[in-house]
Amino acid sequence: MIDIGKHGFTLLAEQKFQPKAIHRGYAMRTLYVDVGGKKSAEKPVSEDMKKRFVGGKGFGLKLLWDGTKPSTKWNDPENEIVIAMGPVCGNTNYPGSGKSLVVSLSPMTGVPIDSNVGGYFGPYLKFGGWDALEIQGKADRETIVFIDSNAGTVQFYEAPASLPQDTHLLAEELTRAFAKDEKDLQSVSVVSAGRGADYSPMSVLNFSLYDKRRQGVRVKQAGRGGIGHVLRDKKIRAVVCRFAGVHQNLNDAADPAAVQRIGLKLHREIVVNDDKQCKMRKQGTAHLMEVMNDYDLLPTKNHKYGQDPKGPEIASWVWEKLFSQNLPDGCWYGCTMACAHAVDHFELETGPYKGQKVCVDGPEYETAAGVGSNLYVYDPHGILELNFYCDTYGIDTISFGTMTGFLMECWEHGILNKDRTDGIDLSWGNWQGAAQILHDMADGKRFGVLAGKGVKFLAEYFAKEYGADPQFLKDIALHGKGLEQSEYISKESLAQQGGYYLTNKGPQHDEAWLIFMDMVNNRIPTFENKAEALHYFPMFRTWFGLQGLCKLPWNDVEPADNAKHAEPNKVPEHVQNYYELYTAITGEKLDWEGLITQSERVYNFQRAFNVRQGYGHRQDDYPPYRAMGPVLEDEYQAREERYDKQMKEKIGVDPAGKSLAEKVKITREYRLKQYDSLIDAVFKRRGWTPDGCPTPEHLTKLGMDLPELLAVVNARIAGKA
Amino acid sequence: MIKYLKLHDDKCVGCQNCMATCSRLYFKAEDPARSRIQVFPAGPGKHHLVACDQECRKCVAECPTQAITVNSQGVVMINKGLCVGCLACVAVCPIGAMRYYPGESTPYKCVACGACVKTCPADALEIAQKEDSPASRLPFETAQAVRKEEAQA
Repeated sequence: MIDIGKHGFTLLAEQKFQPKAIHRGYAMRTLYVDVGGKKSAEKPVSEDMKKRFVGGKGFGLKLLWDGTKPSTKWNDPENEIVIAMGPVCGNTNYPGSGKSLVVSLSPMTGVPIDSNVGGYFGPYLKFGGWDALEIQGKADRETIVFIDSNAGTVQFYEAPASLPQDTHLLAEELTRAFAKDEKDLQSVSVVSAGRGADYSPMSVLNFSLYDKRRQGVRVKQAGRGGIGHVLRDKKIRAVVCRFAGVHQNLNDAADPAAVQRIGLKLHREIVVNDDKQCKMRKQGTAHLMEVMNDYDLLPTKNHKYGQDPKGPEIASWVWEKLFSQNLPDGCWYGCTMACAHAVDHFELETGPYKGQKVCVDGPEYETAAGVGSNLYVYDPHGILELNFYCDTYGIDTISFGTMTGFLMECWEHGILNKDRTDGIDLSWGNWQGAAQILHDMADGKRFGVLAGKGVKFLAEYFAKEYGADPQFLKDIALHGKGLEQSEYISKESLAQQGGYYLTNKGPQHDEAWLIFMDMVNNRIPTFENKAEALHYFPMFRTWFGLQGLCKLPWNDVEPADNAKHAEPNKVPEHVQNYYELYTAITGEKLDWEGLITQSERVYNFQRAFNVRQGYGHRQDDYPPYRAMGPVLEDEYQAREERYDKQMKEKIGVDPAGKSLAEKVKITREYRLKQYDSLIDAVFKRRGWTPDGCPTPEHLTKLGMDLPELLAVVNARIAGKA
Repeated sequence: MIKYLKLHDDKCVGCQNCMATCSRLYFKAEDPARSRIQVFPAGPGKHHLVACDQECRKCVAECPTQAITVNSQGVVMINKGLCVGCLACVAVCPIGAMRYYPGESTPYKCVACGACVKTCPADALEIAQKEDSPASRLPFETAQAVRKEEAQA
């Protein structure tokens, strides 16, 4: 083991705390860390806070609200990174129970981002007796914060100049430095970013876990919204937590035997059904690749198309062969869904680690689609290379994939050329070009830094600097609120356009995934149906983030008889599991109404938070047209039969004799109007004004009539904010 | 070689002495629910015995903390100090030989200690040895494969 002193870490300050046992899922206190002042403090959690904000993302948003001002920008010292766990988090029985929710004012959107992440950090922090960690301030030198949950210490170290910055080296070195001995390695988890995060807002926090079988560190990402950039802006190199002694009932559950029973039931369901259903245990989320390609939903060439004959070259079976099999690849103990697969002994072809053999975490579906088909890259090696470097540099694979797709389309249209890209060829499929952007991003070189600013910035920049058509750029820059869209084609599903863009944080698929319900099965035909789904699913899925749960075990495995239920897409038996699990841990009853109310309170609080920061208007919730329909004539032409049929049957216009340009225009006008009607229906269902502001009546009905919240929405409604 | 408890269903008389002995030895209580060997009725006068065959090792491959390992005698053992109580091993056990007691953290299984053999009046139990079969090696070896490859490289 590396001796911390010998290694060149200088201890700057240390504070002690009394480790506290969790009771019924809660510590009832949060840890506040000021990296500028090198101080930590304990904040109590009141019964009122617990009731209204529940935990996880709810606590994160509440602490962030209290710690910042309406004028706070992402890089102000008072912006915070809050890592919060939730009452169910840390149980080892129910699959998917190790998630932390990270909340911060996003450098990409200016509003709160929340990111759901695995790895051991959150549970280890919780077991020291904390419901959340709140980090504020800016350090004056490169700092490592070390929280020892057993010893009860918060230590601030100065990181030596020799410490590596890229995650796969940094997390490994810090794990070894802070573990007591070889046997203690699994007790350490590191939160870090990477060199890319120094320069790019589209950067992640990597949460580590020590993989005993691989004898190395793995990382899971709090990927969306640029929290890695906030970490580096605070000059924090890493936050490390250590906890030894995990056992079955550290949550001090009200009914530990019930937690075991419910968990074991799902374990068994996964073991029996997974092979016949999603094959998460063998393929992870990459099982979706060919399904999406088959349904014309796999982003191809910057979401221009949803399908390509080359699709099978990056299908699930390709990944299954590449992933090391029969390993318990959960991102927290007891997750038998085990979707966190990795490719071992992968030899890199580019960049600073060229020729080295590394372990690549993933790819997951979003990555394989984002830096694969979306860039017209069908070489698994290329995808793995981009996946690895995104992770180690601390770059979000989703934003990077969507951004690079945008650049490649700009290249195709002559908006970019080698003079403008500093010599990088961005032809479709050239993954080496994409990798060069990444390396330039990590090295702080001009084009890499420029690209890393994201598509919202780039669309405006290319229009201004290169005189390119601003409307075209706006149409193909796939972002909402400044956050790049994740990797599903939303064009043919109006409900999914809402699922992406009528969200609090930007177009991320974790609120609602309605494409099959809407487009394939046509189960929600009316605006009211769609609005109901856009109420139900975001509220239901918000709940995972309040508890410290993963969404995947909810519907990526199903009971064998799930189809017999009236609403199989809600997986009723699993929803029942959640009520029982929550009750078994907290001792408090929960039913359907209670669950939705918990979510609705926090969801509306987050919307009001957007309002407080000057956003949260209706105009912030519109997609770029690429997400809604065919931007270009050849894009229309590629699916001409489908679009012509829709024109005839839905729009009531005969496409015969019309030019492509006319047909594109008619389709566009119709779809924009449809989206407007959707917003009206959804905002109404959610209890918001037509401009998207929660009404005071609705907040009161939800029990969220907090004076500071009412002041914000009243000011907006009165036109004063 | 693998040391294991060989079960002879045809000789079992269903007296449950084995279960009493086992639970007494490991839990200091005569409680069939805490026994590592199970006797099930299987029709008139017939019985079916269940205990770990030490062979499939699915639990070894599944354990996230490597609390479950194979000892030098080929017996699958659980290290209580490392176990986090997730019960994934219970779920993957194809014969229900990995057991747990509600509310207690660590699962338990037959470790071929032979205590029950002595109390069986019908010679239905014996401690025996068998060769490692490819089936027995597969999950365990695959779980270790990554490490081995690394060592070679």
